[in-house]
Amino acid sequence: MSTWATRLDNPVSARLRDPGLTGAVGIFLGAFAAFLTIPPIEARTVTWPILVGIVAAMLGIFTVTRGRRRLGWGAVVAGILGIGLGILATRSSSTNLGYTFDATLVAQTLSFTTPLTFAAIGGMFSERSGVVNIGLEGMMLMGAFWGVYGADKGGGWAVGLVVAMAVGGVLALVYGFFAIHLRADQIVGGTGVNFLAVGITGYFFVQLYHNNNIPFGVPLLPNVHILSGDGFFAQAVGDLNILTWASFALVVVAYVVVFKTPIGLRIRACGEHPRAADTVGINVFAIRYGCVVLSGMLAAIGGFYLSDGPQGHGSFLFNMTNGRGFIALAAMIFGNWRPAGALGAALLFGFSSALALKLQVYSTSAGTLFQILPYLLTLIAIGGVIGRTVAPAADGKPYVRQ
Amino acid sequence: MSSSGPTPPPRQLAEAVTFAARVTRLQRAGGVAVPLVTVLFALLMSGIVVAATEGSVHTALVVFKEIFYGTGLNWLAHPTTDLGNISAYNISQTLLQTSPLILTGLAVAFAFRCGMFNIGANGQYIVGLIVANWLGVDLAGLNPFLHILLCISAGTLAAAAYAGIAGILKATVGAHEVISTIMLNWIAYWTASWLVGTGGPLQVSNNPTVPESNPVSAGAQLPDFWGQQGFQGVHVGLFVALAAVVVFWALLNRTTLGYEVRAVGFNPDAAAYGGINVKKNYIRGMAISGAFAGLAGTLDMLGGAQSYQVGQLDIPYIQVGFIGIAVALLGRNTAIGTLLGALVFGALSYGSFHGLGGSSVIDPTLASNLPYMIEGLIVLFIGADVLILYVWNSRKKLRPPRRPVKTPAPEVAAS
Repeated sequence: MSTWATRLDNPVSARLRDPGLTGAVGIFLGAFAAFLTIPPIEARTVTWPILVGIVAAMLGIFTVTRGRRRLGWGAVVAGILGIGLGILATRSSSTNLGYTFDATLVAQTLSFTTPLTFAAIGGMFSERSGVVNIGLEGMMLMGAFWGVYGADKGGGWAVGLVVAMAVGGVLALVYGFFAIHLRADQIVGGTGVNFLAVGITGYFFVQLYHNNNIPFGVPLLPNVHILSGDGFFAQAVGDLNILTWASFALVVVAYVVVFKTPIGLRIRACGEHPRAADTVGINVFAIRYGCVVLSGMLAAIGGFYLSDGPQGHGSFLFNMTNGRGFIALAAMIFGNWRPAGALGAALLFGFSSALALKLQVYSTSAGTLFQILPYLLTLIAIGGVIGRTVAPAADGKPYVRQ
Repeated sequence: MSSSGPTPPPRQLAEAVTFAARVTRLQRAGGVAVPLVTVLFALLMSGIVVAATEGSVHTALVVFKEIFYGTGLNWLAHPTTDLGNISAYNISQTLLQTSPLILTGLAVAFAFRCGMFNIGANGQYIVGLIVANWLGVDLAGLNPFLHILLCISAGTLAAAAYAGIAGILKATVGAHEVISTIMLNWIAYWTASWLVGTGGPLQVSNNPTVPESNPVSAGAQLPDFWGQQGFQGVHVGLFVALAAVVVFWALLNRTTLGYEVRAVGFNPDAAAYGGINVKKNYIRGMAISGAFAGLAGTLDMLGGAQSYQVGQLDIPYIQVGFIGIAVALLGRNTAIGTLLGALVFGALSYGSFHGLGGSSVIDPTLASNLPYMIEGLIVLFIGADVLILYVWNSRKKLRPPRRPVKTPAPEVAAS
């Protein structure tokens, strides 16, 4: 220990001991540990990822003790994740790796990301205005069922989209009435909305389709074909769903609206300090209602993508969202209540879902473990270990005019 | 108008510090009437849905009559221990559904009383299920009494520790317990799915393709006191749940711990000013809350379930913790209220699904969705205390014109 310390105790290594640098290197090495085992390097032994991962974690601890705690813990987590992923990867055969990490993984990731992005951006609007929306899950579920019902009966996916948005908006309006006007506890209200959505969609699915599946031939959400061929890009982004592109546009629009326009400033004011907002003449109730209804509409679009998009193919299952609303909530929190952050987190979570699906082909158990990632990362993030999240100040607090 | 009556005006009520404080005030205002009215209103609303979609009020009435008979509550009119009697069988199944709900309800209620919202009873329940299954399978051959005791206490403690994570996060970095317990729910769900999934460590040993766990060994199974052992008999877990109700009441109302928990629940700032360690109580409160939910899991595993299947989680097991929220809210976070709330929801979920099995007027799968709808409505309306208080207070407001008649006029003028 003392020799190690003295060796570092010279002018050159003093610069190397800068905690910012060691933390960054640690995070990089953690990622590198996992990267070692997948193509193109593809080390076929567990030793290397473990070694590199441990170095990353050690650098992280070094960084923590030097005061840069978040960065340091980030490196520790990166190192541990790197080891885990590396071991998983080396335990699989080489052809599996080539199969797993290809262009379709990108397409799958984007497909899993799309519903999360819509719901997460919706949740962001609601929470930015000061209303916690635990009911995203239920609003997605309503969009999933009524959207595909609308597409089936209305004879077009656009009809389904409009129906989904309308129903999601109405449910959100009901929730908003309880949360904003009646000042009900927002978590309780959101839980109620989730129950209600499970009941309503389950009931009407049986009532309208007599417990059979929705017949084939429901007009599906179309794909946008921009590239053909066998190239990487053609396979990855050449044939994405229309809503996937729309979700990217939504992120940009949401960013501009929330951070660059007067209306966005008003929304944020209502979420941070509603009384001050009210004092300068902003109608807090109107803004909050608008944001909650918008969040319901966006979440419903995300749900509609699940039932009528490339994954659902125009079908519905009892409680088919199965926690995606909560992943979207996690993505929004992990993304620190910002559109780009929410997209980034949704991409990460979508990637872990896509990877889980791919891994299932040769190892179900490994695939299942990957499903934990979104929740674990969010737990770490709210624990303040890496990139602590900060909610809007008045988030979840009902506003009373005086 | 003087506002110094026993019930403060609505504006002050809405600014109560924590949820526990709000609920207590609501209780003072509405008592037992509000939960009752809420349930009836939710039943009415769902009845309207049935009547509207089936196109007949008569159908809706028949459906509710059949649900009622399905719950077996008519057994109370002519009790018998003979399970060949349909109402006796139904009530035994309703009781089976009720006992985990009592415990998850107590779990949510305890956290509420400490000013926290434990939305993660489901995850803690799963931890209890898994730990009980693991020990119940692995320690086969142990003395049955010791074995059961060990499984229950280990599962309960594990769930308490698991819930404690949320408490620690709240106490140390101020992470909102709602978010952390939601995350812990899904972490528990997927970890359990991995453990018993194909290739997982706890997966059934004689069939590597089935994603379920081994059944707990015969020695670790809870004895049934009503019905045939191993055939959906009512196991002694019901008594444990009833004992937990008493423990809950005594812990909250007759111990220093309970006093501190309630003080923190009412107003953490005031509690801290009074010398109570708020952070310690957050951790402790969450852990005790998790222990109740974990206990529910262990009893279900050693009693009815015996093995853990991945698919089994979806319905209704995945909902046990969430229904616990509705139970606690309906029971106003009191011991006896939670017990009654659990009976309402246990009866509802068994009655609507199985009671309509042979129904001629409605598809049973259709009716099985009614409990969710009813639960949703109940939770939604019970959370809207301002609405209820508004109605309550406007009822009170109608009275004052009568009162001055009784009191002499000069006094009113003087005040």
